[in-house]
Amino acid sequence: MTSAYLIRGASLPDGTVADVRLANGVIRDIKAVPAHDAGRPGAAQRVSDAGRPGSEPAGTVAGATVIDGSGCVLLPGLVDLHTHLREPGGEEAETVWSGTRAAAAGGYTAVHAMANTFPVQDTAGVVEQVLRLGQEAGYVDVHPVGAVSVGLEGERLAELVAMARSGARVRVFSDDGHCVADPVLMRRALEYVKAFDGVVAQHAQEPRLTEGALMHEGAVSAELGLTGWPAVAEESIIARDVLLAEHVGSRLHVCHVSTAGSVELVRWAKSRGVHVTAEVTPHHLALTDESARGYDPVFKVNPPLRGAADVEAVRQALQDGVIDCVATDHAPHPAETKECEWAAASFGMTGLETALPVVNELMVETGRMTWADVARVMSEAPARVGQLTDQGRPVAVGEVANLTLFDPAARRVWDPASGYSKSTNSPFKGKELHGRTRYTWLRGRATVQEGKVVERV
Amino acid sequence: MKHLLSTKDLSRDEAVGILDTAAHMAETQAREIKKLPALRGRTVVNLFYEDSTRTRNSFETAEKRLSADVINFSAKGSSVSKGESLKDTVETIGAMGIDAIVVRHSASGAAHRIAHSDWTDATVINAGDGTHQHPTQALLDAYTLRRHLMGPDPLGQDLAGVGVAIVGDVLHSRVARSNVDLLTTLGAHVTLVAPPTLLPIGVETWQCGVSYDFDRTLAEGGLDAVMMLRVQAERMSAAGGGYFPSANEYSREYGLDSARLSRLPAGVLVMHPGPMNRGLEITSVVADSAQSVIVEQVANGVAIRMAVLYLTLTGGQGGAL
Repeated sequence: MTSAYLIRGASLPDGTVADVRLANGVIRDIKAVPAHDAGRPGAAQRVSDAGRPGSEPAGTVAGATVIDGSGCVLLPGLVDLHTHLREPGGEEAETVWSGTRAAAAGGYTAVHAMANTFPVQDTAGVVEQVLRLGQEAGYVDVHPVGAVSVGLEGERLAELVAMARSGARVRVFSDDGHCVADPVLMRRALEYVKAFDGVVAQHAQEPRLTEGALMHEGAVSAELGLTGWPAVAEESIIARDVLLAEHVGSRLHVCHVSTAGSVELVRWAKSRGVHVTAEVTPHHLALTDESARGYDPVFKVNPPLRGAADVEAVRQALQDGVIDCVATDHAPHPAETKECEWAAASFGMTGLETALPVVNELMVETGRMTWADVARVMSEAPARVGQLTDQGRPVAVGEVANLTLFDPAARRVWDPASGYSKSTNSPFKGKELHGRTRYTWLRGRATVQEGKVVERV
Repeated sequence: MKHLLSTKDLSRDEAVGILDTAAHMAETQAREIKKLPALRGRTVVNLFYEDSTRTRNSFETAEKRLSADVINFSAKGSSVSKGESLKDTVETIGAMGIDAIVVRHSASGAAHRIAHSDWTDATVINAGDGTHQHPTQALLDAYTLRRHLMGPDPLGQDLAGVGVAIVGDVLHSRVARSNVDLLTTLGAHVTLVAPPTLLPIGVETWQCGVSYDFDRTLAEGGLDAVMMLRVQAERMSAAGGGYFPSANEYSREYGLDSARLSRLPAGVLVMHPGPMNRGLEITSVVADSAQSVIVEQVANGVAIRMAVLYLTLTGGQGGAL
């Protein structure tokens, strides 16, 4: 298979239309297409372009595979700060191999693998195991997240330096799935990671306020008789943690911000100069607690789907830059843990293969964000939070060719069973997805071609 | 009406139709031979995941009076206690060729989930799901209210203008939710009375009044019935949520005793879905008073459940009653 590509007529994040040549793992050349050809969105235009010289179908020119990129946008490879790959220990739901294939299919070139595996990623040995599994699979860069506390139990610090100095070079630490609820432990973690410029990614959930909680607390939970998960349980932890981060002069990352109040707290902290970043998931951008009405646990997630005002607040915060990143919180679960009554079901949703179409539909097609903004929130900012140097880079000559070619006009009804994740617990099942990843390149090597993950021999 | 999952799903006319059918059923129960052939050849499973004496016995009585074949499946002494999933249990039962599942479950939405899954085609009747709904309880309460308050011939009537106070642990009560929905659909005015800790966030969106002060609600008048809810004593403890400080304080503020009863007009009904905590939310003197219709509620429950089974399984075309 050739490792040289010529992508013709794709839009770059800044809106210029160009022919882009990839070779030897880097972006070799970018030639802007003349102005009268620029700004061609949509598939209809592509049909009328069919006879234009230079827009011939994929073939080979001078040893390079030629791809007609017209109507598509060429983005830096997406970086996910929040992925549950489930291996080791949860292979029934996902493996590093299947999860990274799903990531590549969704346009990702790097994922941060959350620590709540079995055994927990709380030692150098386990994070190096996950790193190695990712390298062997070869679809995206897998950056293991280290647990903050031993066994995610929230009692004493895991050996964070050992994980930071390991082959996995861990920089992001999180007990995700559990909140680091003890204020002293959180303070110590924030202080300790300063030694290697790490960051603590907090799952903000006050445990006592959320005992037995099953969905967002509000009018819908009152009617459905499902125990409420109040917004204040998230917001009170964020308020505490931004103050702690300020006090000890450390970096805090807030996972899956879901409420309007959380947005206000992050905005306030940033205005004070606190080193805080925040992420929002596609499902919290897209869905509300009304989804729970059918008691289908595919909509059961933690933090829960919130009210309409919260959804609007997180969209606005992403647009304004108060929320820095979109992160999937891809949480695959075996079917039997969702084919049951709501109370018994697992929390979580898959998201790697649907994130970019959801962001396209909600943020780009609505005019709220540009593709440059998408590149920022789905690649550049998460790479910066994770201290990645060869990801989240501009689409520019000489940069490592971590890229994804996305056709925003493509439409398909989403059937998770047709996807690459081992699990099908997608809340977007049966919905029309706005756009599709055509190609993904990891260091110049195609991991996805024409929407299909490349099988390796 | 294929299923009965929530009183929220019932229109006024559907609800009145169920009450009228129940009245006809009740008439047949005064006969010497109480058994009717309406559900002969049909099989009904009582699938009970929670302990229940009166509801299960009431359904079983109703099923047998309608000549249905009855299978009782309780979570204890079945493979459920070994960890079989709801889906597997329902599919197993469904494979036996049954017509209806009467289900009680500790998880809110369990009946809805069964009815809307592809696990079974059977009719599903909700006999109580978590803290969500208990529709046949609300229907028997409405039936009881109508029988006493809407004149000598209540057939065809709703509960227009009736005032009902529902007092106690609304937060954890499927009876309260079902009654707010049904009684308001039938034109009654409901006031919920509880300490703020035992009312759900979001209750302000419900079609009813809310009061923290039982005495003031009694003094304001306009009540035709007071429905007391069971309060579980374990709600007091920190582990149970710490919803109120002590049984004594709860009884003083929200219990129905003789002194409070004496301030109500003689015709006001006293109701309780059972089982009662005598001495906590209601005193024995009140529970056994002339105004109490608590025992009659149980009797009416059989007629209501006969009506619901008959209407869901035959669409009202089940032959002569």
